[in-house]
Amino acid sequence: MLTVPVEIQILFAGILFLLGLIGLLVRRNMIFMLMSIEIMFNSAGLVFIIASTHWKQPDGQVMFIFILAVTAVEVAIALAILLQVYHHFKTLDADSVNKLKDHN
Amino acid sequence: MNLFFYIAAAIALITTIMAISGRNAIHSLLFLILSLLAVSVIFYLLNAPFIAALEVIIYAGAIMVLFIFVTMMLNIGIEGRTEKKWLNPGMWIVPSILAAVLLADFILAIKHVPASHSVDQIILPKQVGISLFSTYLLAVEIAAILLMAGVIGAYHLGSQKKKVTHRFLKKN
Repeated sequence: MLTVPVEIQILFAGILFLLGLIGLLVRRNMIFMLMSIEIMFNSAGLVFIIASTHWKQPDGQVMFIFILAVTAVEVAIALAILLQVYHHFKTLDADSVNKLKDHN
Repeated sequence: MNLFFYIAAAIALITTIMAISGRNAIHSLLFLILSLLAVSVIFYLLNAPFIAALEVIIYAGAIMVLFIFVTMMLNIGIEGRTEKKWLNPGMWIVPSILAAVLLADFILAIKHVPASHSVDQIILPKQVGISLFSTYLLAVEIAAILLMAGVIGAYHLGSQKKKVTHRFLKKN
């Protein structure tokens, strides 16, 4: 039985979330930004599981399954958009894709 | 048991740092898969073996393979001009400080709120399934609609526009 204090576990999830946030703020490559969003989703799910284990309720695990579904949809759509962006602009740099004007 | 948790947590943190600071997209994705596997070990240690299996199959399996396919399709590896500039210490120090302040705030917050003690009992997948299809049935249906919308959206976005080329009239 795991006897690590629940504060440490939550702290670990928080550090993971902050790493994802730093990645999202620092990187400009869209693939890396998407990966950072994945890290943040994952740490949010980790908090749900920690709470589920702490209170012995299955609801947290149910929520993790929903997070999984949302993440799968988000990744599929985001990667399709990313392919289109690369097709149009020949780059994945988020700073050079800031024009809404029609690209002729 | 606790040692396993700390080792897995350390591996997850180190590999996540490597993933977000790497220059090569494929290397970063492989580091991210390692991080997800470490988190799945933690899920197992937290008495959630079903969720640990889901993490390995769906996150590290399906989602990351999707990432790797797209990365290989686009043949990325060379970073853009802005990315090079952004990776200087002067540019990332400010968001890092902001995140560190958030972290300190978080540590203080969980230090001042004591958590209640818990009893030993494992949650079985059966309980999760019963809860999923009774209490959260409506949410399951909403998730199904979301997945359907995702499929349609990915198909629409992923389809290339057909180019009509005439002998005299070139139309885009």
